Amino acid sequence: MEKKKLKILLGKPGLDGHDVGVKVLAHALVDAGFEVVYTGLRKTIQQIVDKAVEKKVDVIGLSILSGTHLILCEQMKNEMSKRSLSIPWIVGGNIPDNDTEKLKEIGADAAFATGTSIETVINYFKSLKD
Amino acid sequence: MNEKEVLWESGLRIKSVYTKDDIDKNVTEEDIGLPGKYPFTRGIHPLMYTKQPFTIRQYAGFGTPEETHERFMYLIKNGQTGLNVAFDLPTQTGLDSDDNRAIGEVGRVGMAVDTLADFETVFKDIDLNKITVSLTINGSAIVLIAMYLALAQKNGYDISKLRGTAQNDILKEFIGRGTWIFPVDKSVKLVVDTIEYCAKEVPKYSPLSVCGYHIRESGANPVQEMAYAFCIAKAYIDETLKRGITIDEFASRLSFNFDIHGNFFEQIAKFRGGRRLWAKIIREHYKAKEDSSSWLRMIAGGGGGGLTKEQPENNIIRSAYYAMISALSGTQTMALCSYDEAYTIPTEKAAEISLRTMQILLYEMGICDTVDPLGGSYYIETMSAEMENAIIKEMAEVDTHGDIIKAIAAGKIQEAISKQAYKREKDIQDGRTLKVGLNCFRKEEEVRTVQFHPYNEEAAQMQLEKLNKVKSERNSLKVLESLSKIIQDARADINLMPAVIDAVKAYATVGEITDAIKEVYGEYEEKIYF
Repeated sequence: MEKKKLKILLGKPGLDGHDVGVKVLAHALVDAGFEVVYTGLRKTIQQIVDKAVEKKVDVIGLSILSGTHLILCEQMKNEMSKRSLSIPWIVGGNIPDNDTEKLKEIGADAAFATGTSIETVINYFKSLKD
Repeated sequence: MNEKEVLWESGLRIKSVYTKDDIDKNVTEEDIGLPGKYPFTRGIHPLMYTKQPFTIRQYAGFGTPEETHERFMYLIKNGQTGLNVAFDLPTQTGLDSDDNRAIGEVGRVGMAVDTLADFETVFKDIDLNKITVSLTINGSAIVLIAMYLALAQKNGYDISKLRGTAQNDILKEFIGRGTWIFPVDKSVKLVVDTIEYCAKEVPKYSPLSVCGYHIRESGANPVQEMAYAFCIAKAYIDETLKRGITIDEFASRLSFNFDIHGNFFEQIAKFRGGRRLWAKIIREHYKAKEDSSSWLRMIAGGGGGGLTKEQPENNIIRSAYYAMISALSGTQTMALCSYDEAYTIPTEKAAEISLRTMQILLYEMGICDTVDPLGGSYYIETMSAEMENAIIKEMAEVDTHGDIIKAIAAGKIQEAISKQAYKREKDIQDGRTLKVGLNCFRKEEEVRTVQFHPYNEEAAQMQLEKLNKVKSERNSLKVLESLSKIIQDARADINLMPAVIDAVKAYATVGEITDAIKEVYGEYEEKIYF
C-alpha cells in the first residue's frame, strides 16, 4: 500500500506581501514528495488555522518576513490552545538567529532563521514522517 | 567560440571575443545614434551626467513621521539629492494605525501615515522644488498622491510646476510585492484616474513608475523583467488613451523602476537595448510626436536579490558594482540596497555607506566626464541589440496569451515566474550559480557584527495618540460628506481624484478613504497557486 504523503499547510499571516520564498519552498516540498496547501497572502492566524483544520494537514508552516514573527507566533500559540489543537507548527522567513529560541519557547516546533537551506527544511519534514 | 558554453541568465550565448564585425551584423549606426537623439540608445539627454549627475535617492522611512523626518534630514545632510518614502504595511494596504490588522506593523517596515497631518510633519522644512519626493505606494496610491498634492497646495507651491513621483504600479503588486487592495480592473482604473488628473492639473508630476524591479526580484530573468514591464506600461497607456488623452499629454511623465543584480554586462545591455526599444514603441506604435514621450526615464537600483545574509560586508562590494552598472547604463536616478537590507531596515551607518558608494563613483571615478562611455563597444553594442530582440520576442509571447491584465488576473504570469524563482534558488543552493560567501568561500563559524535597526515599540503608541488627536480636532461633518462624495463618484464611475483630495484636506484617514472606495469597488480575491 502506498504510504500517505505528509500534508503541509504553508501560510502567510499578517500584512507581509513577500511570497517568493514560501512559493519556492512549496515547489521544493512537492518535489520532495510532500503534499502542500498554500493559503495565499494576508491571512489572519484564525484563517490559517481554519484552513489547517479544513484540509486536515499534518503540520503548519508560517512564513513571515516583515519582522512581526514574535507577535504572530504568540497569536498562533493562543489560537491553537483555544481550539485544543495539537498540530505541530513551525515558522520561517526573515527571522534573526537570536529569535529562534524565543519562537520555540512560544510553541513553534521549529524556527528557521534567515538563510536556512531548503535541504534543512526538507529534512525537518522528513523527520516528522517517522 | 567559448570552450565551455557561456550563457547569460536571460539565455543568450556569449562568445569569447567580439569584433567590429559583430556590431556591423547586429546593429546600425542609426540605432546606436547619439545621446539625446531618437532612439536614445546612448542616453535620453544629449549631455547626461556631464551636465547633471544622476539623482541619489535612497529608500527610507520607519516609525513615526517625526522619526522618518529625522532620517530624511540625515540623508540630505550626507548628500542625498532626492527622497524616496517607505511606508508601513498598514498604510500600504489601506489600513489605519488603530486597525486590528495593523497590530505590530505600525511603523515597522516604513513610516506610518494616517492623515494629512503626517505628511505635514515628515516634509516640514523640506523644499519640494529642490528635493523631489518619490512615494513608494501602490494599493493606496491615490490617497497618498492626493495627500502630497494637498500638502503642496496648502504650503503655497504652484501645482502646475510641482515635481515628484509615485510608484503607483498596481499590476506588478499582483505579480510580486502584494500590497494590492481592490480587484485588478478597479485598481487599474484608479491608476488611470491619477494619470488623467495629473496630465491636466499637475503636468510635471510623475504619477506612475512602472516596475520591472519586483518582477525580477520575484524570479524573472532580465529579458522578462523588461518585457513584462513594457507590456504593463502599454496596458496603462492603452487604458489612458481610451479616455481621450493623447499620448504626448502624459507619456513624458511615465517613469520606470528596474533591478540590478547578476551579470554586470547583461544588465547594461538590457538597459541600453530596452531604452532603444521603448523609444521605438512610443514613436512607432503610439505615434508620439514629442521626443520626451519616448524617453525611458528610470531609476535603476541595486537590487536586494543579489545580496546575501552571509558575510554581509560582501554586499557593500556587490552594491558598488551595481552602482557602476547603473551609471554605465545611463540611469536618471540611483539607489542601492544597503548591506544589511537582506534582513533589517538600514541603520544610519549602512545607509551612509550606500551614499558614499554612489558619491565615490560620482566624484572620484570620472563617470561624469563623458556620455555613455561604453558606446561603440563590440560586446555591449552587439548584446544590447540581442537583448532588444529577445525582449521583443518575449513581449510577443505575452501577447499570444491576450491582454496582460487578464493574464495577471488569471495568475498566469505569477505561475511562470514562481517556477523560475524555484529554479534560480535551486541553482544557488546546488552550487550551479556561484554566490561568494554563500556557496563558495563560505565561513561556517561566521561572527556577524552587523547591527540591527531597532523597532521602536513606542512608535505605534505615539501614532495612535496623534491619530486620535487629529480625529478629535477635525470637522467630522466635512469628513463624512467627503467620504459620501467618494462613494457617489465611485458609483458614477468617474475620476476619484478630486473627491479623494477633498477628503484628505478634511483630514479623513487612509483607512476611511480606502473603506469608502472598497464599498463600491470591492476587494481583490487572490488566485491561490504556487
